[in-house]
Amino acid sequence: MKIHEFQGKNLFKSYGIPIQDGYVIEHIDEAADTISKVQKEFNSKAVLVKAQIHAGGRGKGGGVKYSPTAEEALANVKNILGMNLVTHQTGTEGQKVRKVYITEAFDIKNEYYCAITLDRAKTKDVFMVSTEGGVEIEKVAAETPEKIIKVWIDPLVGMKSYQARKLAFGLELTGVAFKTAVKVFMNLYQCYQGTDASLVEINPLILSEDGRIIALDSKFNFDDNALYRHPDIAKLRDKNEEDPTEVKASEFDLNYIKLDGNVGCMVNGAGLAMATMDIIKLAGGDPANFLDVGGAASAGSVKNGFKIILSDANVKAILINIFGGIVRCDRVANGVIQAVKELGLKVPVVVRLEGTNAKEAKTILSESEFAIIPADDMKDAAQKVVNAALKD
Amino acid sequence: MSILVNKNSRVVVQGITGSEGTFHATQMLEYGTQIVAGVTPGKGGQSAIDGKVPVFNSVEEAKNETDANVSIIFVPPPFAAEAIIEASDAGMELVVCITEGVPVQDMVKAKRIIDQNNTRLVGPNCPGIITVDECKLGIMPGFICQKGNVGVVSKSGTLTYEAIGQLGNVGLGQTTAIGIGGDPIIGTTMIDVLELFENDPETKGVVMIGEIGGQMENDAARWAKANMSKPIIGFIAGQTAPPGRRMGHAGAIVSGGDDTAEAKMRILTENGIAVCESVADIGEKMKIALNN
Repeated sequence: MKIHEFQGKNLFKSYGIPIQDGYVIEHIDEAADTISKVQKEFNSKAVLVKAQIHAGGRGKGGGVKYSPTAEEALANVKNILGMNLVTHQTGTEGQKVRKVYITEAFDIKNEYYCAITLDRAKTKDVFMVSTEGGVEIEKVAAETPEKIIKVWIDPLVGMKSYQARKLAFGLELTGVAFKTAVKVFMNLYQCYQGTDASLVEINPLILSEDGRIIALDSKFNFDDNALYRHPDIAKLRDKNEEDPTEVKASEFDLNYIKLDGNVGCMVNGAGLAMATMDIIKLAGGDPANFLDVGGAASAGSVKNGFKIILSDANVKAILINIFGGIVRCDRVANGVIQAVKELGLKVPVVVRLEGTNAKEAKTILSESEFAIIPADDMKDAAQKVVNAALKD
Repeated sequence: MSILVNKNSRVVVQGITGSEGTFHATQMLEYGTQIVAGVTPGKGGQSAIDGKVPVFNSVEEAKNETDANVSIIFVPPPFAAEAIIEASDAGMELVVCITEGVPVQDMVKAKRIIDQNNTRLVGPNCPGIITVDECKLGIMPGFICQKGNVGVVSKSGTLTYEAIGQLGNVGLGQTTAIGIGGDPIIGTTMIDVLELFENDPETKGVVMIGEIGGQMENDAARWAKANMSKPIIGFIAGQTAPPGRRMGHAGAIVSGGDDTAEAKMRILTENGIAVCESVADIGEKMKIALNN
């Protein structure tokens, strides 16, 4: 799960990490009051107007504006609130801005990059910092990897101060700023562990002209499997930021990701689902989605999966690929027929069922009143569904 | 011969009285797995599966009473990592965790304990292990397997079944098939399994199925080039997976970018593994490799 910048910064604050502070508004009529409140409370004439969407690249997309005066700030809020913000992460359709964060502004001396995530291979957390903050860190990693300073932290032991010092020395900090940075790094690790985050990133973390260390941005990914023990964080989920069909699918306990193609597919198990998408592509088609109905597909999950796929108007044909292990194929076949009965056969449906009672399932499908296209194996199924989609 | 489990494995089922545990313990018994004990704290002294399996309060007790040496875990995600640690501390040689949805931080801790105790863990979030006609320690459909000389290792459950099904279609059977799971932190890695298959005289070839994310397939390919004499057929799922659906910048930095299907297929090929572009080619390719 992801959260907004302001939510992440509030978490930082609760862990003693100094932030660029401010207030969030959702309506334009709150703007003038909030701007003057930020100016007074944080003693900052200039403010920043920051669009709150989950996607990155907000600044480049025009969603973050430095505003030297209250008038300019108000004009910027008017422009940004409600705009359709397009960044390299939103896709061409963009993301509607429903919240704007008005914050204090700082004179920046240096910008740093700062992140913690899990290093799978080492089974340790890796804490990374770089003097090349504010820019594309992937480029830095590829071209000048020596500019990224890393320490690996044993989660059972926790972060030790020598590790935080190594990072702060690496950023060439001195004096009070050095001491503050060490504390910030220690606190940030506490925050990462304490919230069951899988990624926490500050880009940029700054050294201000007056010598303070401040988080100007926040980015979190949380381990969805651990959210049950963080009800306060689970509450921060903003469904507006997610694809509505994906939200619907998650309510059905289905794992769905919308793609751009026109061949819908429904598969049990994530690996087989990806392999099915791949073979559709190899057969000359374009998958419309990833949909994993779970290793143990049931008649009910098949029906819900059908609903989800059909809600995508691009879908011209559907492939159902179930490898029945514990689940019996005849039950899945009955589920398919039930779903077609209820929702109609709007597009051609190719079904490949393998495993327990596959023969019985085939008979059920071929004897049904619907023109469901049976397939023998994955290659056959992919070819048939792509042909069906192209015919239309 | 086979790897990890055989007809002599003495199995304890943790979470045997839950619905998943009961269902799969029954299936495993039917396959012929020697299930000697179940564990559900608070239900010690009772029995499960129509009185066939005694239930104990702890893994330690189950081991003392029944000489169990292998554990399989079906407990809910919030308690799964602790169940792994309990099994490891009780001296189980092998622990298979089927549970899906275990928090990563819990797994990091459990992994440290099993490494200290020198316990072999398979999973979590995996279909388990099957040694054909001897022992099914997991949730895979046993009937799709037939005795033979191909080893199968995979990150994914149903994709493992697909590979087994295809091997069957070209007349190839298996020694042992293992789903190692696709979570960020898992016990047994692909290299571990390749090494076991290399040392198993009965296994003549290996099917290795991976997917996008992480570096495990790449590490395994490099290891295999230096250490494996047996042919490997590889497949990587996720060629069409949308980019950007991975963890943000930091994740990409750690992996160095070689975690796409394209990169992994290239690295596997460079290291002498016969890579299938299409999942439908796994069976045929293995047959060709074994005939050479």
